[in-house]
Amino acid sequence: MEQQSVQPAHVHAPPEGFIRKYVFSLDHKMIGKQYYGLALTAVFTGMVLSWLMRFHLVWPNAKIPGLDIISKAGAPGGVMTPEYYLSLLTMHGTLMVFFVLTNAPFAGFGNFFLPIQIGAEDMAFPRFNMMSFWVTFVSFVVLISAFFIPDGPPISGWTAYAPLSAVGKDAGPGLGWGQNLWAISISLFCVGQLLGSLNFIATTLDLRAKGMTLMRMPICTWAWFITSCIGLLAFAVLLPACLLLILDRVAGTSFFIPSGLVISDRLQNHAGGSPLLWQHLFWFFGHPEVYIAILPAVGIVSHVLINSIRKPLLSARVIIYSMLSIGFLSWMVWGHHMFISGMNPFSSLLFSFPTLTITIPATIITLIWLGSLYGANLQINSASLFALGFVSMFVSGGISGFFLAQPSIDVYLHATYFVVGHFHMVMGVAAIFGIFAGTYFWFPKMSGRMMNETLGALHFWVTLIGTYCIFMPFHYLGMAGNVRRYSSFVNDFMAPLMPVHKFITIAALITGAAQFIFLYNLIHSRFWGKPAPENPWNGTSLEWSVPSPPPWNNFGGNHPVVYHDPYQYGVKGSKGDYVMQVSPETVEGEKT
Amino acid sequence: MASAIQTRLASTHRVAVHADATRSGVWVGIFAITMSFAAFTSALFVRQGSSDWTHLAVPPLVYANTLILIMSSITFEMSRRAMAKGLESDRSELRIGVRWLWGALVLGLAFVAGQYMVWRQLAAAGIYLATNPNSSFFYVFTGMHALHLIGGILALVYLIARLSGKGAAFRQSLFESTAIYWHFMAGLWLYLLLVMRTRL
Repeated sequence: MEQQSVQPAHVHAPPEGFIRKYVFSLDHKMIGKQYYGLALTAVFTGMVLSWLMRFHLVWPNAKIPGLDIISKAGAPGGVMTPEYYLSLLTMHGTLMVFFVLTNAPFAGFGNFFLPIQIGAEDMAFPRFNMMSFWVTFVSFVVLISAFFIPDGPPISGWTAYAPLSAVGKDAGPGLGWGQNLWAISISLFCVGQLLGSLNFIATTLDLRAKGMTLMRMPICTWAWFITSCIGLLAFAVLLPACLLLILDRVAGTSFFIPSGLVISDRLQNHAGGSPLLWQHLFWFFGHPEVYIAILPAVGIVSHVLINSIRKPLLSARVIIYSMLSIGFLSWMVWGHHMFISGMNPFSSLLFSFPTLTITIPATIITLIWLGSLYGANLQINSASLFALGFVSMFVSGGISGFFLAQPSIDVYLHATYFVVGHFHMVMGVAAIFGIFAGTYFWFPKMSGRMMNETLGALHFWVTLIGTYCIFMPFHYLGMAGNVRRYSSFVNDFMAPLMPVHKFITIAALITGAAQFIFLYNLIHSRFWGKPAPENPWNGTSLEWSVPSPPPWNNFGGNHPVVYHDPYQYGVKGSKGDYVMQVSPETVEGEKT
Repeated sequence: MASAIQTRLASTHRVAVHADATRSGVWVGIFAITMSFAAFTSALFVRQGSSDWTHLAVPPLVYANTLILIMSSITFEMSRRAMAKGLESDRSELRIGVRWLWGALVLGLAFVAGQYMVWRQLAAAGIYLATNPNSSFFYVFTGMHALHLIGGILALVYLIARLSGKGAAFRQSLFESTAIYWHFMAGLWLYLLLVMRTRL
């Protein structure tokens, strides 16, 4: 029998026809764009939900035209019920955390750029990759369908605390089929993310081009790699948790439902379960999830910043080591979400210590960014503005974390707007700034056209000022004792805080409206933008060595060879102040 | 038949790289599955502290099934050795390897059938998923393991289909990855049996 060289399994012929090209595509670039598109749909849906909530908070009796068409029970005559407010809260959190903060920076950009940045033609398992997106898509459809069932979406929040989430429709609106749909959707989402993470890890380990050692990978590649390791383990825990929740709900088991629980005057036919068990399992996923959202943004921002300051960071390696330690520590801190859950106070202390320890690598990363900015010839454009905005948000949101990490302070602040302000700034808006930075930076590569810089700058300034106006006051509200998850405050001790709430709502409406500038810019530039050159930002990494947009198989059948560390800026190169990774020319002073 | 098997040997750099990726992939998958069962186990440890925790006698048939699964694992290993030998020198070994593979598949199916009978026996004794926490965990453990094993069975069926018939091809990396997964399934089952025997 003769040995024969065959086409390796991961090299496919270019697809022909609309369906194989744009729908069930095996191409990592198309899958990345699909994830990005899904995240875009989810983020605008989630934003509209937050508008509705903010509107209801300050004008609880106002009619919202059209709302009664979506839910007759939730908004009779267009006026939202308190329960429907909680339904929207649940959907806002679930959409944003899962379908935006996980999908866009990790699955979206990661899918598009990780293989190119390491010099691979595609992901290791393109079929798994396609499956991962479509499972995620079905998960999205299942989640959204909860809006259109008579009961509406669940009211248990994105954390779905048991027993509320486990006992079924007696407990309130949306806790029947709405909660079932939620649990099914999140289970599917876990499957999609597991497939994706597996793909990212195998691709990074085995498909790197010649010369692309691990330490020559760009910081964002490292971030995606670390994130996929975290995601693999985190979603592998959320999936069993969701399965047990589904069993409690539909099969009558009692994993999370305690004995003697009376709901709506009815004794529940369950015994012996532990609501705390759900919180442990959920937050064992939930805290690493925070880093799944933020680490890719940290990577993208580092990648963009280095390019904009035209010189190496103080230490790219220390950023990578810091990300690794954040990834490691993220497994030991889940209990800091549970300081007020009734668990043993000694365990609170145990969780508090590593939580405070995480601030060390996070601070190191921030100091490296700030130190590198000192004396730099900063190129101002939309991408670098959003990268700087990210640093600002990361610091402002991170500082409140110092307070919350301490159980004695958290006990007072946990159920207030202080926590809401904290996580929106450090996890939500910061990661979204990372997504924006990535979009303005990579859009030319993804679409082959440039975005409008003037609109980009306008979008940045309104968004930066707007988000500070929204989320800084949250902290003050929290310190004043304003509890979270209430649908209105007009008739109780929180009434004096209403002017602050009105200010926040107006800021939210304006900031949200500014996002349509971005959407317009994105769509307009996609079709009518200036054609993008191969390397518009004079970047060094591999994605700038291929045409915009990259061809099928990324490198046109060639195998790139990598000669340099990823960030050779501020050197004397043949093209200017930089040397690309694939350029064989020698760089003065580089260790080889 | 042996000559009908076109070997996809690692003759180019890219094929070798892809073989590595398949192997990494299966290890990464094993890592994730281990994590999931660690989550189930820790749920059990938390749950057994409550007052309604009782005792579930694991049906004896489970031990027979365990034996079948171990035999299946050994059979797969025999197949792997025969295949390796066949690729290296003695082509007739390839045919023997495929036969062993059939053995692994049949034993794997027998295990699933055996587990199904265990569930039937329990149900006949009035012990269902929601009867008590111990039975819940028994069904969850065995059910989740069976689901993962069925994944392995599908891979085995695919391998056998590719190895038989005209234009047969052999992807060594997939074969070896399936072998790793199959052994992991046996190891996982032994772990679950230990947990169920000592805790339920």
